[in-house]
Amino acid sequence: MSCECEKKLEAEFSTDSVDMTLLDEVINKFHREKGNLISVLQDAQEAYGYLPLDVLRAIADRTSSKRARVYGIATFYSQFRMKPRGKYMILTCQGTACHVNGSNAVAEALCEELGINIGESTSDWMFSIEEVACLGCCSLAPVIMINDDTYGNLTPKSAKKVIKDIYALEKGDAV
Amino acid sequence: MKIRIGFGSCGIAAGAKKITEKFGQILADKSLDIDVSITGCIGMCFHEPIVDITDDKGDVYTYANVTPTMVEEIVEQHVINGEPIYKNIVSTTQDPYPQLKNQVRIVLKNCGIINPEKIEDYTDNDGYKALQKVVNEMTPEGVIEEIKVSGLRGRGGAGFPTWFKWDAARKSPGAEKYVVCNADEGDPGAFMDRSVLEGDPHAVLEGMIIAGFSMNANYGFIYCRAEYPLAIERLNVAIKQAREKNYLGKNILGSGFDFDIVIKTGAGAFVCGEETALIASLEGERGMPRLKPPFPAQSGYFGKPTNINNVETFANVPWIFNNGGAAFAAYGTKTSKGTKVFALAGKIKNGGLVEVPMGMTLREVIYGIGGGIKNDKEFKAVQMGGPSGGCIPRALLDTPVDYESINQTGAIVGSGGMVVMDEETCMVDMARFFLDFTCKESCGKCTYCRIGTKRMLESLEKICQGEGTMEDLNLLQKLCTNIIAGSLCGLGQTAPNPVLTTIRYFKDEYLAHIVDKKCPAKQCKPLLTYTILPETCTGCTLCSRKCPTGAIAGELKKPHQIDQEKCIKCGNCATVCKFKAISVE
Repeated sequence: MSCECEKKLEAEFSTDSVDMTLLDEVINKFHREKGNLISVLQDAQEAYGYLPLDVLRAIADRTSSKRARVYGIATFYSQFRMKPRGKYMILTCQGTACHVNGSNAVAEALCEELGINIGESTSDWMFSIEEVACLGCCSLAPVIMINDDTYGNLTPKSAKKVIKDIYALEKGDAV
Repeated sequence: MKIRIGFGSCGIAAGAKKITEKFGQILADKSLDIDVSITGCIGMCFHEPIVDITDDKGDVYTYANVTPTMVEEIVEQHVINGEPIYKNIVSTTQDPYPQLKNQVRIVLKNCGIINPEKIEDYTDNDGYKALQKVVNEMTPEGVIEEIKVSGLRGRGGAGFPTWFKWDAARKSPGAEKYVVCNADEGDPGAFMDRSVLEGDPHAVLEGMIIAGFSMNANYGFIYCRAEYPLAIERLNVAIKQAREKNYLGKNILGSGFDFDIVIKTGAGAFVCGEETALIASLEGERGMPRLKPPFPAQSGYFGKPTNINNVETFANVPWIFNNGGAAFAAYGTKTSKGTKVFALAGKIKNGGLVEVPMGMTLREVIYGIGGGIKNDKEFKAVQMGGPSGGCIPRALLDTPVDYESINQTGAIVGSGGMVVMDEETCMVDMARFFLDFTCKESCGKCTYCRIGTKRMLESLEKICQGEGTMEDLNLLQKLCTNIIAGSLCGLGQTAPNPVLTTIRYFKDEYLAHIVDKKCPAKQCKPLLTYTILPETCTGCTLCSRKCPTGAIAGELKKPHQIDQEKCIKCGNCATVCKFKAISVE
């Protein structure tokens, strides 16, 4: 039985059904470790790309934690995502140096190019875009990170080109 | 001959991977057997990608902003014919770069010099010598005494004496103790820890092992933020190598001392830079700070004595034991010893990392080393200490950089971010920017921090939109006092600093926004008015075609006009106009 606030919170999570066996490895890796909950969530997210409701519930059961505790941790840290993400995750840096060097204009240009807002994904599941506090490449500001690659000294125009290039590459791969 | 390519995050972002591939390909084509290796960031990020060619005499030639085309020339002329291409060289052994000359490099001594993924490079440069000496010749008390002599203070922000923390952890009862390296560099605008981890990871490990020895701790954690994947990768490599050489593990170098290190990846929460929040996060919980005492040295990770230092603090330690605490203390001021690494960013010509003796003035750092302001604009302020710090104005440029002097300005040394601002930076917008950050990052435990920062942000947003009143300014000042008094941890206690310092030094800008409804830096869009200068406009119609709301009208080859009712102040017209005919007021 769940209370009203639990229902309300769970309504924000994804109810996709996913392959639960992926979780076995994650749990096995950490089950002996003290204070492992963040590591479990991190690896589960690595396996699924995000944290669906069923996975969060299973983690609570299998680590003998209360659901509230798992949800609390998952929603506290900015790294955890409750919704699926695109193949390419764009992080737009909002650090001080990027801010004074025009990161807002870059973020706007990216959103315009992709036709989505910050926090959303494109309908073809190619791109998701999120803001991040600071990527620590301040001398190259403004900076974005796509998956693990950093792009620096951007202008609205060059940022759009980065997206176009990735699309071109993907289409090339598909051919 | 040796070729070394700058392979820090900054170098890679600037294209170092392509440069490396190109070198590999050309050298293979020409069947040249030359050692090509990678190195960390030398600190001249604005010059990346950087390639160093070391000739057989040992002289180093540094090529800047290298492109794949330049690689061919470098191989052809320099590598094969032995003729350096001076037009692309910014620094040589004989004539080093001026920015490097004025620095004292202790923490950064290996960054941009050695290959961070090869332990031999580190040991060839005195690496692990300090550890050898410490574990085989010194007592824990002697180690702490040496750190005390050095005067080393925490480089993460608070500047607490390092020896005192180590000693407290040593004296705490219990057999199970922990050493934690705080690599959760969260201050926007600071990247020195990333650079050290990427460029010289072994120095951090060595510092941690020595700390462990001084307090008889056998386990270490490095809490590194997930946004630094390269740092984590290099640390993993370094830990593996150190274990193989028995610098980590059981019975280190035959001393009987055991120590091992595990990396924990942070999950993205600024508050986890705070010691007690970091510990909560290490334990797998929400990163919420708690009341001190008990201090982590008494009760930390799962209740055990725990010592937490920042990356840069640990990176200083091996040098101190190789050169003596007194040699370290010879640098700096009376109360702030040694050197400090600063991350120069923002509107500065030579952005990057610099390491200078404490006590150098801001002017010397920004103009002497950083080369001054981009496009020779007017210096307005330098932001130090991130969201916990403040903006220091031009009148105080001669302030020496040490913990006490910077505190007096209302800012803090913090972790060492220096974001330089010019006449085009709006100080009210800066304050709004930082409050937006702290408001998002507040963990929510203390009411004043959770709700107070939100109310401050609302007032600042109102002011930036031209809807602010004098009442907002009063409210801001009142909230500043209350948030400082009513917050438990450093995040809340320092959150008002960006507002306090901007009100203190740039009150006229606040008044311009509130009373005159103008943004002197022309950044706050709602306060701007776009008009077309009839004498300059050629009537090319470009702006009218690019205007998203159709606010611009006019006949071809005749001056256009903007309908202020329709204008949404997006600035597109000013960006696209080729004749500078758009005036912004």
